[in-house]
Amino acid sequence: MTEFTPVAGAVGGVLIGLSAALGYLALGKVTGISGIIGRGLTGAFGHQNWGLWFLIGLIVTPWVVHQIAPSEHGFQAPGTAAVIAAGLLVGYGTRMGSGCTSGHGICGMARISVRSIVATMIFVGAGVVTVAVMRHVFGVFG
Amino acid sequence: MIAVFALVMGVLFGAGLYVAGMTNPAKVQGFLDISGAWDPSLIFVMAAGIPVAWVGYQLMKRRGHTLTTMPMLEIPQGVVDRPLVVGSVLFGAGWGIGGFCPGPGVASLLLEPATAGVFVIAMIAGMLIHDRKGKTANA
Repeated sequence: MTEFTPVAGAVGGVLIGLSAALGYLALGKVTGISGIIGRGLTGAFGHQNWGLWFLIGLIVTPWVVHQIAPSEHGFQAPGTAAVIAAGLLVGYGTRMGSGCTSGHGICGMARISVRSIVATMIFVGAGVVTVAVMRHVFGVFG
Repeated sequence: MIAVFALVMGVLFGAGLYVAGMTNPAKVQGFLDISGAWDPSLIFVMAAGIPVAWVGYQLMKRRGHTLTTMPMLEIPQGVVDRPLVVGSVLFGAGWGIGGFCPGPGVASLLLEPATAGVFVIAMIAGMLIHDRKGKTANA
């Protein structure tokens, strides 16, 4: 069980939104993490390797912020088998569905793309059903 | 300039995920657990993030070009097809099982290398399996 943190959520959301806004305004691109990684796997990080620079910032910054001002959120993850299954599904599904929480959920919703709105409703719905079945039917993860 | 903008974008995104608590898988699962101990915090992430991204998109369109030499985004309004629906179902299921989506998984690599490392390797494997399957099907 985690604490309700609306202010931290909104502040984080504004930062993520600024990143996505810059993606459009400065680069003319959708700031979609699964897309950046997926294209990067084929060696295509885009013009001047912008995807690689983005990923460096994405990986290093949380660690730096954690050293300066550790958040109260903590870290609790499911077991290794669940994490592996999750990774496989997330990787396969985001490639097949052309996007994830960032590309569809933030960027696509912001340009009012019907595909992204539908995708977001479906993956949030599938996530809700999955957690409900795991926790309340099978009693996994409390 | 393109690399600088991209790095700044990564810094903002990484900081945002960390501040919002999305680097904790339990918080994401708590958001999805609407019938249990529901933590609606992540609604605030989307509610705050989408309008800010919308402003950036509108500014790009109004200017007619980007701040760099890169061309403006032009995505035609596509149709909802089977891969979009099935892919999103699979992604959502994985999101619920692990509490990680791609961004937070990558953003947690230095914070929690053991867990996030396993997730990111499995995610990359899933992406490669998909792409390879596509190639076989097209061949």
